[in-house]
Amino acid sequence: MGVDARTLVSMRDLVIRRASDDRPVLDGINLRIRSGEVVGLVGESGSGKTTLGLALLGRIRPGLERIRGHVRLEGEDLFSVPAAELAALRTARLGYVAQNALEAFDPAWRLLRQTTEAALLHGLMGERTATNAATSLYGELGLPDPEELGWRYPHQVSGGQLQRIMLAMATLNAPDLIVFDEPTTALDTSTQETVLKAVRRLLRKSGAAALYITHDLSLVTRIAQRICVLHRGRIVEDAPAEEIVHRPRHPYTRALWGVAAGVRRSRPVPEQPLLELRGIRTGYGTGPDILHDVSLQLARGRTLAVVGESGSGKTTLGRVIAGLLPPRAGEMLLDGEPLPPRLKDRTQEMRRRIQFLHQSADGALNPSHDVFMILSRPLALFHELSGRAAQQRAEELLEMVDLPPDILHRRAARLSGGQKQRLALARALAAEPDVLICDEVTSALDAVLRNGILQLLNRIQERTGTAILFITHDLSAVRAIADEMIVMHEGQAVEAGSCADVLKAPQSEHTRRLLAASGAGSSRFMPAGQ
Amino acid sequence: MNRRNMGKETGGTERCGNVHPLVRIIAGRLVWAFLSLLAVSVIIFAALEMLPGDFARSVLGQSATPEAVAAIRHDLGLDRPAAIRYIEWLSGVLQGDFGTSLSGRGVEGGRSVAELVLPRLGNTFLLALLAMAIAFPLAFLLGLIAAMNRGGRIDRAINSVALAFVAMPEFLIGYLLIYWIAVRAGLLPSLASVGPDTPLAERLMRMILPAATLSLTVIAHILRMTRASLSELFERLWMEALQLKGIPMAIAVRRHALPNASGTIANIFAFNVAWLITGVVVTERVFVYPGIGQLMVDAVTSRDVPVVQACALIFAAVYIGLNLLADIVAIATNPRLLHPR
Amino acid sequence: MTHRARIRPTSPGNISPVQVAAATIMWFYVLAALLAPLIAPYGEAEIVGEAFAPWSTQHWLGTDQLGRDFLSRLLYGLRNSLVLAVTTTLLSFLVGGLAGLLAATGGRIMDTVLSRFVDVIMALPALIFALMLLTVFGTGAMQLVLVIGLLDATRVFRIARTLAMREAAMDYVEAARLRGESLRRIMIAEILPNVKAPLLAEAGMRFSFVFLTVATLSFLGLGLQPPAADLGSMVRENATLITYGDFTPLIPAGLIALLAMAVNFLIDGRLEEEEGTIHGG
Repeated sequence: MGVDARTLVSMRDLVIRRASDDRPVLDGINLRIRSGEVVGLVGESGSGKTTLGLALLGRIRPGLERIRGHVRLEGEDLFSVPAAELAALRTARLGYVAQNALEAFDPAWRLLRQTTEAALLHGLMGERTATNAATSLYGELGLPDPEELGWRYPHQVSGGQLQRIMLAMATLNAPDLIVFDEPTTALDTSTQETVLKAVRRLLRKSGAAALYITHDLSLVTRIAQRICVLHRGRIVEDAPAEEIVHRPRHPYTRALWGVAAGVRRSRPVPEQPLLELRGIRTGYGTGPDILHDVSLQLARGRTLAVVGESGSGKTTLGRVIAGLLPPRAGEMLLDGEPLPPRLKDRTQEMRRRIQFLHQSADGALNPSHDVFMILSRPLALFHELSGRAAQQRAEELLEMVDLPPDILHRRAARLSGGQKQRLALARALAAEPDVLICDEVTSALDAVLRNGILQLLNRIQERTGTAILFITHDLSAVRAIADEMIVMHEGQAVEAGSCADVLKAPQSEHTRRLLAASGAGSSRFMPAGQ
Repeated sequence: MNRRNMGKETGGTERCGNVHPLVRIIAGRLVWAFLSLLAVSVIIFAALEMLPGDFARSVLGQSATPEAVAAIRHDLGLDRPAAIRYIEWLSGVLQGDFGTSLSGRGVEGGRSVAELVLPRLGNTFLLALLAMAIAFPLAFLLGLIAAMNRGGRIDRAINSVALAFVAMPEFLIGYLLIYWIAVRAGLLPSLASVGPDTPLAERLMRMILPAATLSLTVIAHILRMTRASLSELFERLWMEALQLKGIPMAIAVRRHALPNASGTIANIFAFNVAWLITGVVVTERVFVYPGIGQLMVDAVTSRDVPVVQACALIFAAVYIGLNLLADIVAIATNPRLLHPR
Repeated sequence: MTHRARIRPTSPGNISPVQVAAATIMWFYVLAALLAPLIAPYGEAEIVGEAFAPWSTQHWLGTDQLGRDFLSRLLYGLRNSLVLAVTTTLLSFLVGGLAGLLAATGGRIMDTVLSRFVDVIMALPALIFALMLLTVFGTGAMQLVLVIGLLDATRVFRIARTLAMREAAMDYVEAARLRGESLRRIMIAEILPNVKAPLLAEAGMRFSFVFLTVATLSFLGLGLQPPAADLGSMVRENATLITYGDFTPLIPAGLIALLAMAVNFLIDGRLEEEEGTIHGG
């Protein structure tokens, strides 16, 4: 970068909106990418980042319409060139790498043929040259057996390999600009690393400019020289990567860095456990065991985090406690009393004392009920409240979760994602539970909303003394909310202890790996003292 | 289509993989089709059993002597267990013997069902093939045009007309054609009562209106399905990725989308045979065309069970057979099954 | 590959002028059917003059093949056809809906048995099956309703089963179970409001299909027993007029098409989704 500061592509005052409801998806975007410059574009889902990336390639998806603004590739307006010319431009000068490679390949064509198709169609290369170029690119990208790989079909290779073949396809014609749309998001941690390395090597070698789209701020700092932060269709911050890392200016950028919720202060030593699990073993139907011999203790007023990757059995553990999945062996005690394994054998009082918060509030709230209906059911079932008393209590609950009382008669389907999660929390609180099981409640929310919910949970716990079982894969959330934690792996609790101890000095190999994977990017660039 | 594309560049590198999944799945479909047909034959046979009242008496009339009734009961085999009669009936059917028609009984001793059905079967197949030959390419083309212009003015126009046609009963279309083309304009004959001696030219002439009616009734259905399936296909991410790498839409459709749609297209074809069969029955009635649809309706009115059984079994076999064929096409063109890991 | 990422433009949920027109037409049919005995100039089976009399001030649409007033027959026929189709649709929904719910909630064996049974019935084109059953049971209003209703129930079964399975797997149902709601309340207060819209669209589609099937069978002479009038058989009985250049017999046929069109246009979007679900492989 640097030396040649010629503008390659520029986007001026681009406004794109949804045709169906006129809502702006991109709201006045100005962006300039110089030759050879790698720009990161960071934003949460729904921020419009994919729309922006596609617009850079002259593409607007059906259902969207461009209101004004243009995109110029060295002066040529991509929205006004004839279709045939645009096709030729895309082949020769633009490249695109999609998020999910498996869905971006024609399932019925061999990979090599798809890689070289555009070059052959537009006569950029002869068949033999193209084949050789593709094969050697495969090799450079570290793909196994590059000669043979091209003869396979998309479903015959792994996701990480397919993603790299897509990289090869995008760079075969030595484009001037490549748009990467979350190329590593759909991959697992170790594959992510391989693909990311391939991207870096490729960019360095080819000298192409790039727009790298992601939701992961720490990841993009490893690739991009400049970073744009996109929030609700606007670029709220556009600065060199260094600046974004050390001196983020916009509050949204700071929120994206996550841990703003801070570290939880220490609490008084617990008394006897409120909820205790001993040697729980379970599985679905006649299938194999999902949990093997899991035990845990949760005390009043404390938060226990259950941490693990997807498939580790952490959600299953929550469902066992809630009574949704009876254990095959082991026992559960609530206040020293045995807790029946099946929901239908539990008394209404037991059901009241244990509340379950689903991962997606979207699914957990009946979309055709209004807010009052949603809050009044637990009030009627657990506290026999109705009429004015119920309404008053419902308003109190809304206040407790920072929701305005005037949404009381709005339908759940019309609330925003953050409001839904708060409402789901209010519904759980309506029961006045002793134990609140939170199943990945923050994973569907963006960073800002997530921090809001974490702070809210802390505050509510202080007020009500509810014990929280916080199931998550997100270690920064654990720091912010939990007193103790257990780490799950393949259905077993591989480590348990106080958060401070486990995070500082992990004992098991698996915990160390988990910490390394989550902290790889962020700890390196983490501004001190935050 | 799909297979050809792949075959072209197989080179010498085709891996001699395990072809078992494909064979296994197709065998599964064959078994399922066979079982369906068997189940349908049981249902069809059971129809005879379920007839209320004494059938022999109802055929001969109230004045029949007990001997005559007993004779007919014996003739029909009504005095033996149902399971045995089913097996006898089925083995007869497999040898082309569908039994004896009830309608002529008593007067001339009854005609064999096969004798009644066979000549008409040819007529019906001719009509259906003619209609499908017109309808399918036309409907497919219109569906493709609509799907490529999804949401646009052309798409909306095509879709609205199709929606209107779906709502028209077959006989309305038939009589409208008769009214306008045969009666008002006097261009074509209004009836299609062809016989075995009708010369081919005149036969075809007489078949134009019935074939047009039948085509019009199925075009709308096929078109709407084609449009829905193809626009779903066009919305796949890989169709977008193709355009983003510089393949023009028309080429992407021809090279990529259509080969991938072959299974779907086969299924649409087979599915619409159901509409075609309904159309055949009504169209033959409107134009007094001597096919098995007409025969079946007459047999239902006169409750001539063996004829109804034969016709139903033929229709069922055609329908199940074509659906099986479509399934096999879909399986054989699925790259995941064709080239297992 | 159950979830395939797709780029689908969202469509506005506004009511179009076409839908307003369609709804108006439907109301006219309902009104005409309800008021038939009041507004019909003559009785349903009353012979009032010559056979095939032309249009006149006395008999606006002339008379039919037996000398009955065509307009009166048309109104009664509309009424009869509509009642038949509505009854059949209700039956089909009752049976198909209940069976679908049962399949979705009654365990795997129940589901397999019911689904396979429906598969076999659907292995035959509906009209052929209907013809067979009518041979067995004879023709008449009752038989028509039963046969078409039960055959059509197989389609309702599939929709109801899919909807019930989808909704039962939703977290809000689980949340309701967790707070101890009764099964009845979960069905009525939780699930029903969320499946109302697709079920209504399906009802429209089934009605349209049933109405056309009834008309077709009547046309084939397998509908109501004479002298009761219905739209389909009026076409058949008077068809000879067409060959003489008189289009009066096309009026009942046109009325059939118009109502089916109105229903189709009213539920256009849904119809399309349903048809889009037939894929290869």
